[in-house]
Amino acid sequence: MKKMSLLFSSFCLCLLFANVACASGTIKIGALFAVTGPASFLGEPEKKTLELLVKEANGKGGINGQKLEAVIYDTGGDATKAVQLATKLIKDDKVSVIIGPSTTGESMAVIPVVEKEKIPLISCAAGIKITDPAKHWVFKTPANDHVAAEKILNYMATKNQKSIALLTVTDGFGASGREQIKVLAKQKGFTVVADEVYGPKDTDMTAQLTKIRGIKPDAIICWGTNPGPAVITKNVKQLGLKTPLYMSHGVASKKYIELAGADAAEGVMLPAGKLAIYDMLPKNDPQYKLLKSYDQSYKKAYGVEASTFGGYAYDAFLLVTSAIKKSGATPELIRNGIEQSQKLVCISGICTMSGKDHNGLDLSAFEMVKVVKGDWALLK
Amino acid sequence: MQFDQILQYVLSGFSTGAIYALIGIGFSIIYNATGIINFAQGEFVMLGGLLTLSCLQIFNLPLWAAIPCAVSASTVVGILFERLAIRPLRQPTPINLVIITIGGSILIRGLAMLVWGKDTHSIPAFSGDAPIAIGGATILPQHLWILAITLIIILANKLYFYHTISGKAMRACAYNRRAAGLVGIDVRRMVLFSFIISSAMGAVAGIIVAPLTMTAYDVGVMLGLKGFCAAIIGGMSSGISTVIGGLILGVLESLGAGLISSGYKDAIAFIILLLILFIRPQGLFGKADSERV
Repeated sequence: MKKMSLLFSSFCLCLLFANVACASGTIKIGALFAVTGPASFLGEPEKKTLELLVKEANGKGGINGQKLEAVIYDTGGDATKAVQLATKLIKDDKVSVIIGPSTTGESMAVIPVVEKEKIPLISCAAGIKITDPAKHWVFKTPANDHVAAEKILNYMATKNQKSIALLTVTDGFGASGREQIKVLAKQKGFTVVADEVYGPKDTDMTAQLTKIRGIKPDAIICWGTNPGPAVITKNVKQLGLKTPLYMSHGVASKKYIELAGADAAEGVMLPAGKLAIYDMLPKNDPQYKLLKSYDQSYKKAYGVEASTFGGYAYDAFLLVTSAIKKSGATPELIRNGIEQSQKLVCISGICTMSGKDHNGLDLSAFEMVKVVKGDWALLK
Repeated sequence: MQFDQILQYVLSGFSTGAIYALIGIGFSIIYNATGIINFAQGEFVMLGGLLTLSCLQIFNLPLWAAIPCAVSASTVVGILFERLAIRPLRQPTPINLVIITIGGSILIRGLAMLVWGKDTHSIPAFSGDAPIAIGGATILPQHLWILAITLIIILANKLYFYHTISGKAMRACAYNRRAAGLVGIDVRRMVLFSFIISSAMGAVAGIIVAPLTMTAYDVGVMLGLKGFCAAIIGGMSSGISTVIGGLILGVLESLGAGLISSGYKDAIAFIILLLILFIRPQGLFGKADSERV
């Protein structure tokens, strides 16, 4: 009996030491993603991407000889929960850096927490407010929505299309796009002649499109994520509308063409992140190799093609690991390392951070593409 | 305002309204047999669409065979739901039952999310996507399918409830459960029947709309609510007045989005719901104390 208890206590002691040893040799990366709820189309691929990357990195022996550990929590897209979980990550899990949250609302809510606790946050949300003005501890990986909007408007200018009908979804993504397009359109001398919206779960948008048809704009810009834009594309076909239709970068995946049907989607134009069209890029494009390896390893692990959204988490991971390699693994050093990133090749673009720019991407993050015969074709 | 624009709004409204009507009738059949609102009704709509997708892709069935398979599979889910969740209840007060249906809907939706994932899926249209012009407006062949199938189902309902023994027995339960039980009608069996019919109908609704609206694990929530609105406008009748309720709702939504503002589209539906509940709780067509079959 005595022997047993001795054995047991020594076992416990071992465990304790093992734990301590483990803790000193791992870098903890916290992550907040909206894996469930209305923004799960963002959070799900982000979570899968991060898990994949951490596994890969550890398989190669970790970063600077230290193993990585990802602590991922599901916020359900809820800002209150995101704040609670951010505090938990910092206080209980003692992470050195946080990736996420997935949406702009959650990110804005979490910012005061990380600023106070001095933990770097790399948001995966696109809202411009997150890094404008730049906050000391806060970065973000997706290009600002207005970059995508600007890309569309620049293209429209070359086609001499002056009046725009907006059709945006009534969630954070659509609202932000709507705001940005209106501001930009004013600056660049476009007129917004119709400003229609639809709900994320709406099943028929012919009413809005009929109204737009009556106004006869030069182009329609639709801002949303699936399934809404696919329904709209079908409705446009049904109504026989010949007005050029532009979509946002939110539907830049083959899934959109599949849902809308190649026939109905023919001729739709949109700004796509380079991930969606990497096989069309010239082989010497600096991003080509990275995009290809991401898409292939994601496909191998999960059986579906990698999405632009998962790429946001990929980029956050790249920023963190290259900062750790460069400077070190404490929160302060990671932050400084990220801010010093120069010409880092990421999924979303080539990222160059500075004290004033905590996003680091420009117009080159997107390419204008057109749907031709069920596939993307680059627009010049 | 041009005429063809109005025509387009009305036609679009009719086609969405027909879907609301089908779902609404599912609500009222169960309500009439059991006195409960089955908030899991929307989930059968979702199951119909997603099961058809599985039949098409996994078992490689042709569309005409996939549809009956999907409907029967959803019906089995409906039967299991009644057997496992509704019947064993010790104290079947309406409020308990309603809460159980809400719980059931969350469970079914969660399972569907695990099985089919969170992606949206689409099903091919029954007979092509070439638009059909009517006046200055256009509809799709699928819209005609929706209208025709809704019509057939309403007629079949009418036949069942007025010309068969079990249909009449179900109406008897609706008038007075206790009395129906006393004259030898197996009330519990009628409850099971009502779940069978309404889950099958929900599945049919889900299948015929899927080519237009696409389907995902969470489509049932909004469609279920709109169907519920239709049933309320129709005074929870399982006949023509719920259909008219659905059509009114669809047309008002579409006209509201077109003529007023698309931002208020859902608000219009729910304002109608509230007005009906405040002013005419017996439904737009019901008499104050009407029969509800």
